[in-house]
Amino acid sequence: MAEIQITGKAAPVLFENVTKRFGPDVVAVDNIDLFVEAGKLVTLLGPSGCGKTTTLRMIAGLEMASEGRILIGDRDVTKLPATDRDVSMVFQSYALFPHMSVLENVSYGLTFSGFSKSETRDRALAGLDLVGLKGFDLRLPSELSGGQQQRVAVARALVLEPQVLLFDEPLSNLDAKLRRQVREDIRAIQQDLGLTVVYVTHDQEEALAVSDQIVVMRNADIAQIGTPRELYDSPVDRFVADFIGEANILPCVIDTVENDRAFISIEGYQHILPARGLVEGPAKLAVRPSRLVIGAQGGFQARIAKATYVGVRMEYTLEAGFGSMFAVQDEVNAPLEVGSDVTVGFAEKGPVLLPEA
Amino acid sequence: MKNEVIEQARHPVLIFWIIAGWIGFFLIPWYGVEDGFFRFEWLFDGYPFDTDYAPAAFLLMQGEKLWLAPLLLPLVASLAVLRFRKSDPAYGTILIFVGAIGFSMLIAQGFGIGIRGFNFAWLTAIFGELGDRQFGMGYGALLLATSFLFLFTQGIAARGAVNGDVFVVSAIGGVIVVVSIFVFFPIAKMLVAAFITEDGRYSASVFTTKFFDDRIWGLGCLSGTRCGVAWNSLFLAIIVGFVTTALGLVFALVVTRSGFRFKRGLRALTVLPIITPPFVIGLALILLLGRSGAVTVFFADLLGVQPTRWFYGLPGLLIAQTLAFTPIAFLVMIGVVEGVSPSLEEAAQTLRANRWQTFRTVSLPLMRPGLANAFLLGFIESMADFGNPLVLGGNFNVLSTDIFFAIVGAQYDQGRAAVLALVLLFFTLSAFYAQRVWLGKKVYITVTGKGDAGVHPLMPKRLSLPVFTVAAIWGAFTIIVYLMIVFGSFVELWGVDNSLTFTHYITAFRVSYNEFGIQWVGSAWDSFWTTIYIAAAAAPLTAIVGLVTAYLLTRQNFAGKNAFEFGTMLSFAIPGTVIGVSYILAFNVPPIEITGTGIILIVSFVFRNMPVGVRAGIASMSQLDKSLDESSLTLGANSWQTFRKVILPLLRPAILAALVYSFVRAMTAISAVIFLVSAEYNMATSYIIGRVENNDYGLAIAYSTTLIFVMLAAVGLLQILVGRTKIGRRTQFEAGE
Ligand SMILES: Nc1ncnc2c1ncn2[C@@H]1O[C@H](COP(=O)(O)OP(=O)(O)O)[C@@H](O)[C@H]1O
Ligand SMILES: [Mg+2]
Repeated sequence: MAEIQITGKAAPVLFENVTKRFGPDVVAVDNIDLFVEAGKLVTLLGPSGCGKTTTLRMIAGLEMASEGRILIGDRDVTKLPATDRDVSMVFQSYALFPHMSVLENVSYGLTFSGFSKSETRDRALAGLDLVGLKGFDLRLPSELSGGQQQRVAVARALVLEPQVLLFDEPLSNLDAKLRRQVREDIRAIQQDLGLTVVYVTHDQEEALAVSDQIVVMRNADIAQIGTPRELYDSPVDRFVADFIGEANILPCVIDTVENDRAFISIEGYQHILPARGLVEGPAKLAVRPSRLVIGAQGGFQARIAKATYVGVRMEYTLEAGFGSMFAVQDEVNAPLEVGSDVTVGFAEKGPVLLPEA
Repeated sequence: MKNEVIEQARHPVLIFWIIAGWIGFFLIPWYGVEDGFFRFEWLFDGYPFDTDYAPAAFLLMQGEKLWLAPLLLPLVASLAVLRFRKSDPAYGTILIFVGAIGFSMLIAQGFGIGIRGFNFAWLTAIFGELGDRQFGMGYGALLLATSFLFLFTQGIAARGAVNGDVFVVSAIGGVIVVVSIFVFFPIAKMLVAAFITEDGRYSASVFTTKFFDDRIWGLGCLSGTRCGVAWNSLFLAIIVGFVTTALGLVFALVVTRSGFRFKRGLRALTVLPIITPPFVIGLALILLLGRSGAVTVFFADLLGVQPTRWFYGLPGLLIAQTLAFTPIAFLVMIGVVEGVSPSLEEAAQTLRANRWQTFRTVSLPLMRPGLANAFLLGFIESMADFGNPLVLGGNFNVLSTDIFFAIVGAQYDQGRAAVLALVLLFFTLSAFYAQRVWLGKKVYITVTGKGDAGVHPLMPKRLSLPVFTVAAIWGAFTIIVYLMIVFGSFVELWGVDNSLTFTHYITAFRVSYNEFGIQWVGSAWDSFWTTIYIAAAAAPLTAIVGLVTAYLLTRQNFAGKNAFEFGTMLSFAIPGTVIGVSYILAFNVPPIEITGTGIILIVSFVFRNMPVGVRAGIASMSQLDKSLDESSLTLGANSWQTFRKVILPLLRPAILAALVYSFVRAMTAISAVIFLVSAEYNMATSYIIGRVENNDYGLAIAYSTTLIFVMLAAVGLLQILVGRTKIGRRTQFEAGE
């Protein structure tokens, strides 16, 4: 067998003012701009029905944008049907052809791409090898486990060396253990081959784990784009803060702002943090559960309402004058008593100011 | 508590069947009552002592039919079981013995002793001449046999078969017995008949001479004369199978894969022929394309030649059968075309296949089961078709009509009929087998339950043009044919005297009033009411047998399930003509003597149409999650209650399909019916055929038109009666699709 290398021909994807309507009433995607850098893995994340799949299908050419422009590489593909785009997709249900063997499935796209018979075969085998399914080529899809079917679907898309590779919730039909494994495999292949991947999921943990960039979507619109770290550490609003990891949203007052540093107070407790363009007055503060320090030197008063031991850490529900919040602590050997009063402060970095509302 | 319930539960059903057995033996007339059991005239005509009407017990008391006496033994023995608890092994053992011995005795005496005494020479050799005889069994015998059967099934259930589920075991037993009696037994009887010589002996050479007859297998058409009927039938059936499948696919594509606006109209148009008596299309075609048909005459004038009988024979048969059977192919194809998962087609597109390549490499192969089924249906229907060959065949003989003429023709030849029927059966079963092989064991199921968003792509361009052209031509042709039919029923004499008239309707359906009330004087009323009555009786029975079988096949596991499935589907591959002949051969003599009655018509419909009920039931039952049954069972319902309360209500669509199909079939079928009708029980279709043979086309068409409208009304009525179960299921498309 000639040495066949599956490589990437990664290209960037650009959405300009793209809108997708179904009929007169349903706006599935509302005037979005999006840039996916070549060779990066970008996830579309958001609650069900927010337009992720529709966005993905517009990249694939399975849906046509109602308005706006879509570019892949430097080519305008807005009006191009799926067949003529250099994009492959891994479907949620895998969509393996049940009447074809694994090898035939993987060779399928190659036969339409002008490869010779033997090269088609070599490439398909190389693709199977890449996903760790050597020797499964003659089986029917119905004779494979869910995880194996998934990998065939990936191989089938990979061997075409597409400019962009799309995944629509590829892990949702797998059990929890496989999920972690498969997503790491996908990430590894993507990085090895330098592929451009757009990946849809509604699971924030999955998104944080695999992405170079995350696009958080809400109601047919983009709420925020950023690296996992950016989204986690500085969400633009309450929706993003809540959707990416858990966050306590606390009321506070910005007393003064100097050099984009805000001096805030919350029940008399003072704290300094980036102002992010906000001005004096009431505001909201997003604090991750791990960034609440129980028993700090300075802080506000709260009472422990609930304590749960979950093995690696303690989880507390705290009651303060302005409401309740959720905190975790790594100290498990000397848990705090329910009903005891504590002082709660913030970690040095972590709390984020959010605009009111 | 729970224990008590179980202990009690055995009694009602068990006691019911024991009592039924006793009633059958002691109270109900043992032999068939000539003038009809349900007129109850026998009650006042010497019952219970007159030997024609006497129950078995009274016959024995008078010293008659002494061979029935041993039946008392298991009957009495069945009482013994009441002393045991269900958990006692003796309970099951006794029931098994009672049931098995009683049932076998009943069968043995029935087949052993007939109208000429012992039926078998070796019996005479052992016991000497009997000097007595017996006729067909009646309701007394039927009741006793049923009782023995269900005692037996309760026995094996008690011994642990199918987890001791009495309902399931009884249902399996019941289906096996009726299918054996009404499907396997007649076919076996026919096989045997093919070996019988004219003086009643068995001989293999008789079979071979009849089988290798040149009239069956001759290849004269290759050298300019005529071919044998077997080749004719086969050739015709293969072409019809291909053409109807192709057309069915075309229509299905138009309806599901195009922006065509009049989908509803197209659906109605293609379904219309199903509710049309088969030869009506033939008649309309004669009026259009026959020697004096409008089109033929037009072209003859145009070309200045004599009009010919070009249409009779292969061309006419092809056109008529294609018209008649395309809708069936369409119905099969539309389900399959819609069933191909859209994400597979989308996946193909993202893998660089264009629409045409997607269609060729993914959609079409996934439709293989549909294509195979549609072809098989067209093939079998064409093979079995009787009406069209009769009116259009000309010199092109086919098996089904030849079988008929072998039975009713001048040269009455049962053996030849049986041989021809076997050839026919051989063809259809081979097609059945070939279909299985072609489909192989690949999986074509694409509906996974977990959905992606996705839409079917439109047809590829290079496909849509020919598809639309064919659909348009065919649609127009169908409309014209049906307009002809209606028009033809209102004119004096089609093609000769085109003045409008109601004569035909009046002759057929005149009603007059006098002091005795309404008088149905029209000539068609007799057969009309008989048809309605038979169709109405057959439809629910078909639905019941079909759905119970489907339930067993989808929901229960038992030994021999595959054989069971094959047996229940077999009658599907048996052409009506074969059923007709085999029923005559099997049920003309005791022990089951029902030719000439309405029962044989009902029975033939039930078993001919049962596979459709089974298929419809399986299709919808496999969509119902098994957890529904299981939750019902864990909530304390038994399997019968679960079937009745949970499954049946959710099966309304399948019930409707089975009812409609069997009702319509009973009204339009001809191939089996033509053998089984009698003066008393004449069916609409055979009456119409009679009119056609007398060249009374007007009346025939008027009657057929009426039938079409009656069926439309009946289908509507059934839809209302059965109602619709709203299952909370979303559909992808809005109404108006
Ligand atoms: N073919 C369609 N017709 C009408 N509405 C659609 C269609 N496809 C998607 N939608 C609607 O568009 C919105 C976005 O859908 P989708 O992109 O599938 O969401 P998700 O983010 O869960 O993948 C939803 O409200 C959905 O109902
Ligand atoms: Mg989605």
